[in-house]
Amino acid sequence: MNAGTNDPQVTVQLLRFTTCGSVDDGKSTLIGRLLHDSKLILEDQLAALKRASLMRGESEVNLANLTDGLRAEREQGITIDVAYRYFATPRRRFIVADTPGHVQYTRNMVTGASTSSLALILVDARTGIIEQTRRHATIASLLGIPHLVLCVNKMDLVDFSEEVFESIRQDFTRFSTRLKIRDVTFVPMSALLGDNVVDRSSSMPWYLGETLLSFLESVHIASDWNMQDPRFPVQWVIRPQFGRSTDFRAFAGQVSSGAFRVGDRVTVLPSGRQSRIRDIQLMGRSLEVAHAPMSACILLEDTIDVSRGDLIVASDNLPHVGKDLEAMCCWMDETPLQLGKKYLLKHTTHSTKAMVHHLHYRLDINRLEEDSAHVLKLNEIGRIALKTATPLLYDRYHRNRSLGGFVLIDESTHATVGAGMLEEPAKPAPLPERVDYSI
Amino acid sequence: MDSYFLSHLDVLEAEAIYVMREVASEFERPVLLFSGGKDSICLLRLAEKAFRPAHFPFPLLHIDTGHNFPEVIEFRDRRVKELGERLIVRTVDDAIDAGIVTEPGGTDKSRNWLQIPTLLHALEEFKFDAAFGGARRDEEKSRAKERFFSFRDEFGQWDPRNQRPELWSVYNTRIHPGQHIRVFPLSNWTELDVWQYVAREKLEIPSIYFSHRREVFRRDGLWMSASDLLPLKRGEAIETRSIRFRTVGDILCTAAIESSCSTVEEIIGEVSSLKVTERGARADDKVSETSMEDRKREGYF
Repeated sequence: MNAGTNDPQVTVQLLRFTTCGSVDDGKSTLIGRLLHDSKLILEDQLAALKRASLMRGESEVNLANLTDGLRAEREQGITIDVAYRYFATPRRRFIVADTPGHVQYTRNMVTGASTSSLALILVDARTGIIEQTRRHATIASLLGIPHLVLCVNKMDLVDFSEEVFESIRQDFTRFSTRLKIRDVTFVPMSALLGDNVVDRSSSMPWYLGETLLSFLESVHIASDWNMQDPRFPVQWVIRPQFGRSTDFRAFAGQVSSGAFRVGDRVTVLPSGRQSRIRDIQLMGRSLEVAHAPMSACILLEDTIDVSRGDLIVASDNLPHVGKDLEAMCCWMDETPLQLGKKYLLKHTTHSTKAMVHHLHYRLDINRLEEDSAHVLKLNEIGRIALKTATPLLYDRYHRNRSLGGFVLIDESTHATVGAGMLEEPAKPAPLPERVDYSI
Repeated sequence: MDSYFLSHLDVLEAEAIYVMREVASEFERPVLLFSGGKDSICLLRLAEKAFRPAHFPFPLLHIDTGHNFPEVIEFRDRRVKELGERLIVRTVDDAIDAGIVTEPGGTDKSRNWLQIPTLLHALEEFKFDAAFGGARRDEEKSRAKERFFSFRDEFGQWDPRNQRPELWSVYNTRIHPGQHIRVFPLSNWTELDVWQYVAREKLEIPSIYFSHRREVFRRDGLWMSASDLLPLKRGEAIETRSIRFRTVGDILCTAAIESSCSTVEEIIGEVSSLKVTERGARADDKVSETSMEDRKREGYF
């Protein structure tokens, strides 16, 4: 009895997506609708909702109440934090990072976006593209989300007009050419009535595309992981203290990107020592290949010193190594970024001290324009230059999300104060011309 | 590209293993809370995947309310022995005797609230700074916002308004002396994922998860196990039914469902079609709409 291997539920893919929006654009209603219509809202949850809706004097079940978990949020009728929702269809398992849309929650949007491969952005068909839409799209682009779905909601309130939809589509397309998102899809819908969410709308026969759920189930995500650059940050060294295996050393970690095979020539950074992969194991069982995002153990042919924070890479594909870094940074703390102050920087499994010495500009995330600024405050995003105490082994964020992201931690409060996305290293200043002839 | 396909279980497993190794690396004294329930059974398998062939770099801890099903306690001890790991047990009864907690009067004899101080006391006794739990975000609304790394202050309390953002898989593990964290490697799993994982990994689970004949009675729309600890109220009558449990907690607040499932595969089929969430069968969650949030603020899992 090989449990469940023929069961389609066991071999479905996982899609993580984020939704940004505020109460007014019907985001909670949309998520409620997805959960409800995919028959995953269970009976007792529904009964609790009915009770809650009745208490508030609402005549119908308010689907939005499904998603606002904390007491403060229910009291104030707002979503203040990232909430995670789970639902499944026979074709996919979904993790939804549900984030509030107002500018004062930019950090929550950034957090939700960091683990997502798709972003849903809601637009009210009556108002069209507004500042908030541009902000959400900009954040999705900055965080390297490959797929974006623009949900043009409340189509019922504009008589399901194709012209309205078309004009919103053109508006957004003009703006999105400046973003780094490679795949943008538009769906006209009414989350309240359910049109084009799960079931096809009979009121919009002119729309020939997929419903939202059908798109979420089929969007191609296999290539969203970076499979080009083999990177394995060492988390933990397994050295059993019993039996005869005293020289057994396995380097445990999760493959960040790319793939490793037995026999591959690898380099351990920062030491630069080379070896070959002798074995790849999980729970004592040998694997032929470990690829992103698998957790595994790598055993090397040679006995070389490897410890937590080191990075195992393919010898013919090395990352950047450096202490002088350039990054986009979202500030997440009430206390603004202080230039010259020492923070703790955590990047993959490696922590080091870091100092931000220059703020190049602050990004106006509503207009995608650069403002000059001397300070980066809560929820602001800017381009920074920083220096670390020990070198970082990294890739550019937009090439490799898992090797390009870091957090800044305040050493006294221990709060996570900043999130950074690494850029190409700064080019060294051009040498003065007269140096040329010396040799 | 398709040769690199991973199923949702593979991805969830890899994420949980990563979280466990981060904790082992960055904390001085972690501990894994093992109750004998299906979620913590999965945690043990994930720990094997994370750390074998070495021993786990942490002991296991069970907070025993003293009202557990004997089948579960028997299973707990046997599983620990098979793994060759160390189990610490602290009981609510010991905590009552030591004057750490007092049994409430009233009609609610559930010891769920008493587990909290008993747990906090045990964490202090061994100076544990990180405790793995099997909680999942899909269980309850307030859990939807819980982080993988959930920080607790000196009083073991959770402040939902003041949580650290978790970006990518870069976890900030810094704590001040006296603080500790709860870590939930199964955060992104659903009940169905857990059952599918139990099936895939062929994990043994306590017999009370499978259908069996048991003396039960109906209370508040739930089937409760007949027990000396639960005196019958007027109108309640004991009868024998084929039931199974969906969670294994305190006898006093764990309700059964009528079921004929005798294999994990049948349970998966049942869970996929069930209309009542898992915690709907926990009498302790019905007290108020925010009872879980209230207990969590106090230090509950």
